[in-house]
Amino acid sequence: MNRLSLGRWLLPTYVVLTFAFLMIPIIYTFVFSFNDSVKSNIIWRGFTFDNWLNVCNQQVVCTAFGNSLIIALSATTIATVLGTMIAIALVRYRFKFRAATNLLLFLPLATPEVVMGAGLAAQFLDLGWTKGLSTVIIAHVMFTLSFVVVTVKARVATLDPALEEAGRDLYGNPFQVFRKVTLPLLLPGILAASMLAFALSFDDFIITQFNSGSIETFPKFVYTAAARGIPAEANVIGSSVFLVAIAIVLIVQIRGSRKAKKLAK
Amino acid sequence: MAFVAFGQTPKTQVKTQTKSGRVALVLLMPGLIYLGLFFITPLISLIMASLKQPAPSGIIGQYNFGVEFGNYAYAVTQYAPQIFRSFSFAFIATIIALLISYPIAYYIAVRARDRPLLRGILLTLVIAPFFISFLLRTFAWKQIFSNDSWIVNVLKDVGIFGADSYIIGTNFAVIFGLVYNFIPFMTLPIYANLDRLDMRLVEAGSDLYASPATTFRKITFPLSLPGVISGTLLTFIPISGDYVVASRDFLGGPGTAMIGNVVEANFLRIQDYPTASALSVMLMAAIVVLVSAYVRRSGTDDLL
Repeated sequence: MNRLSLGRWLLPTYVVLTFAFLMIPIIYTFVFSFNDSVKSNIIWRGFTFDNWLNVCNQQVVCTAFGNSLIIALSATTIATVLGTMIAIALVRYRFKFRAATNLLLFLPLATPEVVMGAGLAAQFLDLGWTKGLSTVIIAHVMFTLSFVVVTVKARVATLDPALEEAGRDLYGNPFQVFRKVTLPLLLPGILAASMLAFALSFDDFIITQFNSGSIETFPKFVYTAAARGIPAEANVIGSSVFLVAIAIVLIVQIRGSRKAKKLAK
Repeated sequence: MAFVAFGQTPKTQVKTQTKSGRVALVLLMPGLIYLGLFFITPLISLIMASLKQPAPSGIIGQYNFGVEFGNYAYAVTQYAPQIFRSFSFAFIATIIALLISYPIAYYIAVRARDRPLLRGILLTLVIAPFFISFLLRTFAWKQIFSNDSWIVNVLKDVGIFGADSYIIGTNFAVIFGLVYNFIPFMTLPIYANLDRLDMRLVEAGSDLYASPATTFRKITFPLSLPGVISGTLLTFIPISGDYVVASRDFLGGPGTAMIGNVVEANFLRIQDYPTASALSVMLMAAIVVLVSAYVRRSGTDDLL
């Protein structure tokens, strides 16, 4: 092999090897979801579908998973509404204190989770609020809000205001214009933002641990179980979430590339 | 957008800001008030908690408001090694993540530019670790590196490892886990930046007889610096506060605790809120210094 072709293959080889490295723990988690394990799931003891068929045999795992879903759905809904409103205002309107607004939205992105978690917990302590499902949801809306703003804002910026003007010219009132023109055009951005918020909320551990009290969530369950060994049922849930997420991303990608092809014609 | 450059920024922004401030206010206020109540006031609560003093009753977890700066002195003297470790781990892990991620981002953004399918697959693979629980993937590494795993056994057979050597619980294991978990945070902003790299500039470099290495050093890399800085912040900040990877139940051991581990233990286990809060405030202060250098360079409109 001469030097030139070595140089040409060096980068692709590196890319393949790094991606293989990135996939190792994912494959490991998936494989061990089929392990015929007793209690702890460390040594391979043979293949079985039992863990997949009876996920809820480990009652705690399923309760924790259910709580995580409730929290993620509620937090996503609230954060998406609040965040979309802010994103529209940032791109479309001129107002004073813009720099302060940008800073306020940026700070949660730049704050370590442990600081946000401890701060909110200190506040709940001062106020004497009991930690539970509602305090976790409050916390999750707080730290996902800025991510929603960033994602939706990118979409608002590409929106042609002439379309909304056309709506107004056709005697649509502001509410109708928003519902029939603005909202449908923003929808891909809003969907992307809510998927991001959902993923962030569902996988959050640090902020949740500080503000959940005795409420069990899926990441919290894994954290406490780690001391004595994580049951295979947790691998089943982790793997299924992974498969669903990958499926959604692939569908979005394929639809996107089809659209691009159509436009190219 | 520079900071969280997860997507592509549209270059042609349609600028039609109307003057109607009242509508803007209605749109902005609910969200901003929310952040005021549940992000800003908690930070104030944190500062106040860091200055509290023990209640006269002496009950564990009972504190009164006060101005006890001694809490900071105590936190620093008591936990100097953990503070130092947090920042050095974060620093080392960020550098390694940058070295690993840059070529990946470059390949996806530049080499795969004309192959949308390959590009889509690679981008999906970069974010794939996000889809499996952070704790599960960290725990998977623990099992892969555990004392009776084949990796450790092979290292022992080859003679690199002595009979009583181990990986889990060492600084290496913790930094390894941190690097692994935060590679996507480094790769995506660099990718988003290199995606906008104008290839004509690179061609101009080679037209002027610069070697590919020189072109990279003088053109590509300097142009990608904003992406590198975003990625560095996005990696360094969460790592400096993380306590899962360094936890004894995951990749850490008795000598790997970071600030986050101390805050968790003091706040949630022994209920020493003032010490935990003082440490959090110091961590936040360090991050604010770091970020304000960035803000001064790029202005506030570029933040989001």
